[in-house]
Amino acid sequence: MSDFVSEFWNFYVIGIVLVSVIGCAVFLWSQGSANFTVGKTTGHAWDETLEEYNNPLPKWWSWMFYITVFFALAYLALYPGLGSFKGMLGWSSVGQWKGEQQKAAQQYDPIYQKFQQMDIQAVAADKQAMEMGKRLFLTYCMQCHGADARGSKGFPNLADSDWLYGGEPAQIVETISNGRMGVMPPHAHLGADTVKDLANYVRSLSGLSNDAVRAAKGQEAFMTAGCAGCHGMDAKGMHAVGAPNLTDGTWLYGSSEATIMETINNGRQNKMPAWKDFLGEAKVHLLTAYVYSLSNTK
Amino acid sequence: MNQEKIEKNVGLLIIFTLLVIIWGGLLEIVPLFFQKSTTQPVEGLKPYDAVRLAGRDVYLREGCYNCHSQMIRPFRAETERYGHYSVAGEYVYDHPFQWGSKRTGPDLHRVGGRYSDEWHRAHLRNPRDVVPESNMPAYFWLEKTPAMKTVGKDIEAKMQAMRKLGVPYDDAEIAGAKQALEGKTEEDVLIAYLQGLGTTLSNFK
Repeated sequence: MSDFVSEFWNFYVIGIVLVSVIGCAVFLWSQGSANFTVGKTTGHAWDETLEEYNNPLPKWWSWMFYITVFFALAYLALYPGLGSFKGMLGWSSVGQWKGEQQKAAQQYDPIYQKFQQMDIQAVAADKQAMEMGKRLFLTYCMQCHGADARGSKGFPNLADSDWLYGGEPAQIVETISNGRMGVMPPHAHLGADTVKDLANYVRSLSGLSNDAVRAAKGQEAFMTAGCAGCHGMDAKGMHAVGAPNLTDGTWLYGSSEATIMETINNGRQNKMPAWKDFLGEAKVHLLTAYVYSLSNTK
Repeated sequence: MNQEKIEKNVGLLIIFTLLVIIWGGLLEIVPLFFQKSTTQPVEGLKPYDAVRLAGRDVYLREGCYNCHSQMIRPFRAETERYGHYSVAGEYVYDHPFQWGSKRTGPDLHRVGGRYSDEWHRAHLRNPRDVVPESNMPAYFWLEKTPAMKTVGKDIEAKMQAMRKLGVPYDDAEIAGAKQALEGKTEEDVLIAYLQGLGTTLSNFK
């Protein structure tokens, strides 16, 4: 079906294109056959002595022009350009793209398939696979996790052995495939004093300087205000909900009293997007192995 | 008419120049208004709501288009990185479109949903905080400027104008525009705009 709203536009385009191309040729031919006298000037002088010859076009130049006319007609016969006519080669930009995709699939699919049949640990130990994994990581993951995979404020470090949602291959596959929603709810309603107590308790867990009295009160609040529900009675976190371990000295948003209070007051939320549909299982498998390798080899 | 007349008469020069340009325009521009692929929205395309439309104005004002294109070409290298190639029907509510022509930064046509809102906040305030290699300027003032003071001030008039250009806003949307923008910062509306970009055609192959 034609892309034009009516057939008129098909003929409109064909008409203008052909009239232009053929018009150029006719004009050129008329100029070539007109009667010029070699050596005669146009008859006017500028700037006192500046005159201009009115010689016929050089033969080589007119032939070049005829060649471009021929080229244009041949092009229009082979490629789309004349209205709705698709061209004898049937070329289209999307068709070319599909060809590229197919060729790449033939070339790379067997490699991906080979790795997909191996388990994650084995892929992580494969040098070629890790080269490929690194390229994938640098294309799709570095914007948040950093080129060195060490993350930044709010975006987890993948090169240490601390995991929000678990570092087993199956858990990493799940994280990359379906994404994660990290939500720490705000707790400003506890009151500024209690929040400060809590912050001191949280700092005490990893041996940072703290006010012992406040920390003791904070420990009590930790159990009663619901913190333990996600972070656990021992504050060691819970992979199922992505609640961080508060005792290990790894901080996603920072460890100062002010930052921890900000976290408790306003909560935190962040999201890991789902990549299953974009990347496909084979690439997710390879990326999982790469991420796994960052903290499990060497 | 002889050569001398054309060469010496500025009026004729103007007229003939115009004729050549018009002849080209008749072929290169006019048919685009009568093609389905350039005038009909792709299935599921929605006009920018008030918040995104305001965010789009922040995008324009800050000149994001100088460094970011919104046009994914049908090359494998691009679709692997960005997602589905762009089609004309995705831009029918864009007045003017933001194709851009230079990629100092990456293409943004399918940036919607690619990063979290929190990432965009951190990145807009100081790109180096999340991407140390980045040379994008920091737009730290956006979080401090209420959208209603700038891009949202005449949001209703903007939507009316868009409606004249063929964007199907209904009266209720225009009436609720100011309320939708209330309390939002320029950063909020810009992120809303970015998060909606290119999500109509699946981001995914």
